[in-house]
Amino acid sequence: MSEFKSGSNLEKVLKAGDFAFTGECGPPQGANVALLKEKAGHLKGCVDAVNITDNQTAVVRMSSWAASLILLEQGLEPNFQMVCRDRNRLAIQSDILGVYSNGIRNMLCLSGDHQKFGNHPEAKNVFDIDSMQLIHTAKTMRDEGTFLNGQEIDVPPKLFIGAACNPFAEPFDFRVYRLAKKIAAGADFIQTQCIYNMSKFREFMKRAVDMGLHEKCYILAGVTPMKSVGMARYMAKQVPGMDVPDPLIKRLQGAGKGKVAAEGIRFAVEQIEEFKEMEGVAGVHLMAIEWEHRVPEIAELAGVLPRPQV
Amino acid sequence: MIVAEPKPIKEVLEMIRDFTKVLVVGCKGCVTVCNVGGSKEVGVLASTLRIAAKKNGREIEVGEHTLERQCDPEYIDELRDIINDYDAVISIACGVGPQFLSERYPETRVFPGVNTRFMGGAVEHGVWSERCAGCGTCVVHYFGGLCPIARCSKSLLNGPCGGSNNGKCEISKDVDCIWDIIVRKMMEQGRLEELLEFKPPKSWITARDGGPRMMTREELAK
Repeated sequence: MSEFKSGSNLEKVLKAGDFAFTGECGPPQGANVALLKEKAGHLKGCVDAVNITDNQTAVVRMSSWAASLILLEQGLEPNFQMVCRDRNRLAIQSDILGVYSNGIRNMLCLSGDHQKFGNHPEAKNVFDIDSMQLIHTAKTMRDEGTFLNGQEIDVPPKLFIGAACNPFAEPFDFRVYRLAKKIAAGADFIQTQCIYNMSKFREFMKRAVDMGLHEKCYILAGVTPMKSVGMARYMAKQVPGMDVPDPLIKRLQGAGKGKVAAEGIRFAVEQIEEFKEMEGVAGVHLMAIEWEHRVPEIAELAGVLPRPQV
Repeated sequence: MIVAEPKPIKEVLEMIRDFTKVLVVGCKGCVTVCNVGGSKEVGVLASTLRIAAKKNGREIEVGEHTLERQCDPEYIDELRDIINDYDAVISIACGVGPQFLSERYPETRVFPGVNTRFMGGAVEHGVWSERCAGCGTCVVHYFGGLCPIARCSKSLLNGPCGGSNNGKCEISKDVDCIWDIIVRKMMEQGRLEELLEFKPPKSWITARDGGPRMMTREELAK
């Protein structure tokens, strides 16, 4: 029996006690494999695993499992994302078997953005099960070796199970309990929503640590560098569950023309430095949206290179 | 009740374009309560159709009739002596009505005059809100008496999702986050523990997903 749940690189890094650093890559809106390889290529050597989003914001893209396989070929470790919006419990379980059979070892379990936000708002949504139940499904398949109906699986899939957490959604007081519920359901690691409100996140982590959640699960803090003032304003106003404090927007504005992106990166690096010291935080999940080519620079500035070889 | 709303009059006129004798049939059930398909609305729709036809230089005869209920064969039978005087029927009951009429009078062309929206109730005068998804296995008692299946955009049983903001759902500022309401209510009642319990995947066999539904009460069926 392996000492690891899945044996993924991400799991090994976290278990070794190293500060994890994960990245993200959105598959193309088409079959542009060259573009996917180019975007993912920037992350090579800079991160421990790369999240491959699953029809993010309900916009149709190359399937997350297929893009994950292309990354595997490239020598990168994917963190395969799966949402409950687009598949029922049969498809969910068969996709879990499929990705595991092809060498994928990490999976992030999400409910998924509502299709209203996407490019097919007239679509029917599935939501047969929710993200909590998806986590539990992946754990049941791995640890019990059974499907949801109790039937034994002939070679169970051994995945390192991830979940998301948004400390900035409401009601705030319930969020830490919902995190605890996800951990109890089977989450091995957590990647949080992008953090901009540091004081609120400190309070959230204090509560999580008080409950001992950091000892049951690895919590990775979500960071997305701001590219522009427009992006910050958009995040503040348009993106559900995002908390962008005014002082940050003012700081970006104050950077001056042509220097906003650098200031955004500087803030992200400051955050990462603080997360390294923050009790209960086991790593950072860097979501550089359509900014993969800047990841090496951010990783360098944040002092997380070279990545540990485990 | 079943809540419905009138179809646009243009759509109704298009339906009956080729007919000169039309019977508008209302229902004294739910659609009367939500002011869309009762005897008053039968009168209004009939007059509107007459005026619109006249404006278009067309002469049509529009009959009016309101049944006790359109979801009961006993009342549907009431039309047997008059329905043959018309070449088309517009039912302004919920979606059950035009189907029961079509089944009972297979020779008659039946058209729906309303769009059936949802099962809900009036939250204030002139405003209706969805409450039940008809899943066939009621679970509201686990959620402070509120239904996340009908009222959460994602039907989450282990909510709220990360899109809950200021008590509103991520899909619209006009939609309440039912999970926000559930959490606050359960916390106020000191029942937080119950929400921390993992709710396993639900069986949708009793919902529409299990196929068209039938129900037989042996003690009533002969």
